[in-house]
Amino acid sequence: MRATAGREAAPIAVEALARGHRLKAWEFAPWLVAALAYFVFPSYLALGSQILIAILFTLSIDLILGYAGIVTLGQSAFFGAGAYTAGLLAAHGWGEPLTGLAAAALVAAVLGLLSGAVILRTKGLSLLMLTLVIAAMLQEAANKAGSITGGADGLQGMAVWPVLGLFPFDLYDRTAYLYSLAVLFLAWLAARRLVHSPFGRSLTGIRENEARMHAIGSPVFRRRLIIYTIAAALAGIAGGLLAETTQYVALDVLGFERSGSALIMLIIGGVGRLYGPFIGVPLYMIAQDRFAQANPVYWDFWIGLLIIIVVIFARRGLLGLAEQLLQKARRKP
Amino acid sequence: MNAALSAAISIGFHGLAYAMVLYLISVGLSVTMGLMGFANLAHGVFAAAGGFVMTRLMNAYHVPFPLAVAAAFVTVAAGSVVLERLLYRRLYGADELSQVLMSIGLIFMSVAAAQYIWGPQPQPMAPPAYLNGQIDLGARSFPAYRSFLIIAGAVVVTLLWLGLERTRFGARIRAAVDNRRMAQSVGINTSRLFTWTFALGSGLAALGGALGADILAIDPGYAQEHLIYFLIVVAVGGLGSIRGPFFAALLLGIADTGFKYLLPEFGAFFIYALTLALLLWRPQGLFGRA
Repeated sequence: MRATAGREAAPIAVEALARGHRLKAWEFAPWLVAALAYFVFPSYLALGSQILIAILFTLSIDLILGYAGIVTLGQSAFFGAGAYTAGLLAAHGWGEPLTGLAAAALVAAVLGLLSGAVILRTKGLSLLMLTLVIAAMLQEAANKAGSITGGADGLQGMAVWPVLGLFPFDLYDRTAYLYSLAVLFLAWLAARRLVHSPFGRSLTGIRENEARMHAIGSPVFRRRLIIYTIAAALAGIAGGLLAETTQYVALDVLGFERSGSALIMLIIGGVGRLYGPFIGVPLYMIAQDRFAQANPVYWDFWIGLLIIIVVIFARRGLLGLAEQLLQKARRKP
Repeated sequence: MNAALSAAISIGFHGLAYAMVLYLISVGLSVTMGLMGFANLAHGVFAAAGGFVMTRLMNAYHVPFPLAVAAAFVTVAAGSVVLERLLYRRLYGADELSQVLMSIGLIFMSVAAAQYIWGPQPQPMAPPAYLNGQIDLGARSFPAYRSFLIIAGAVVVTLLWLGLERTRFGARIRAAVDNRRMAQSVGINTSRLFTWTFALGSGLAALGGALGADILAIDPGYAQEHLIYFLIVVAVGGLGSIRGPFFAALLLGIADTGFKYLLPEFGAFFIYALTLALLLWRPQGLFGRA
């Protein structure tokens, strides 16, 4: 096949696609930083694992928003479902972390599939609002089912077993950090593979021009539903990680704030590129840790202002800005 | 009078008052979305601002109730013009994500600002003496303030409908919602029309927030807490319509009051389920155009 295609114009595009898929040296940079951070900032590992979990959650939004173009305000529904699944399992005698994560992913995926099959039939404002409704519905259910979930007091009494039976969760969050890092790395590999696959390409096609994708016979609804389900599973894993590493689940795992701030972190880093979350989330969360403790109200004000400025002036995020500058610098000489 | 009938009347009455507040707040959002195609999640900010202005004027400066309400309408409408010219205008025709993020940014800023100025506690709202107490209708008596709310809401709704159907301004809005480019071609200044409509919608939201301060308590988190209800009214009613949201508000107001009265252990759960079902059946809303 390849030999015959080699003589035509198409291989240039094929070559470009394949090049995008190949791992480049700089792609290891975030992982190097994450590994170094473990040794350099041993007293900040709790914050570190929070950041890793938030990156995973934001990555799940990036998949549906950046690649499939579905604007969602309710991704916390799946994060929360995963957190409560892992939390309830551990609180009722099954504290094995890996199977807990698997269960969290499964429950979130089923929920994503069911709710997606319903709400992805709508568009625009209705879709946006229904994503919000699904999350609000789950939060109300978790709030009212206090006998199971602990309601507003949060779910307590979780006992999580050591990872692989070898590494118990410690006071310094060493295990929590490395465990989260390993899970994030695997999820990132999977997501990377996904967006460079033909399936991922067809999602981009749907985002860019839905009518044309219909016209060439692409099953648009089914593809959207599949990525929605996959992203739900990833969000569920992130939620499960949070429950297992903090051994506590509060109602706010399902809240609007979580989805909203993840969107903000994503837009700061850059939407529709796998590395947006890796830039936006640490920046946001480290700045929040520095500045918000003194006065969370001020933090909200400035972050609101920042996001308005980003939307109006730097719509493609920091990575987009960097790319622009790089292109300009290249053109000059 | 038997208990079931009494409960039904009670639900209907309080539901109606609630519906009026929801409608006043949401109708501007529906028109903004229909006219400018702008997904303005920050619309609740205008309602909250109306409530803050009114309660501050009444509690701190003893301004009479009608004057305080009028001041809330005017201040917020004027303030919204500034925001429209400064921010919203730049994102007309932009993608949904930008609009959503910009309005989330506005919500964050307004919540923080309100908390800074007014503190975290809800603002007390005391209706004037002549609207306190009960109105006795023989068989049953009704709280005077809620009755006033229903009547005031009905008057505003009538004025709004007449205005849209009978005035030149209303005709321009209808033309621009139907076909913006055609409206521009026949010489309607849609840019100015947008600004005026935006101001009117925000003013109405302020009116709803101010009048409804004893149903939806005025606190800093207002715009975020009630966002989903305003969006439900607009999406179920249908974008760009001013009649649709009215029926949607009625449905939501009465159903929500009913569910919370009869099945308090489920909270708002059934309202969300009902919304989901309604939008599945008619994705464009009850009165929206396909």
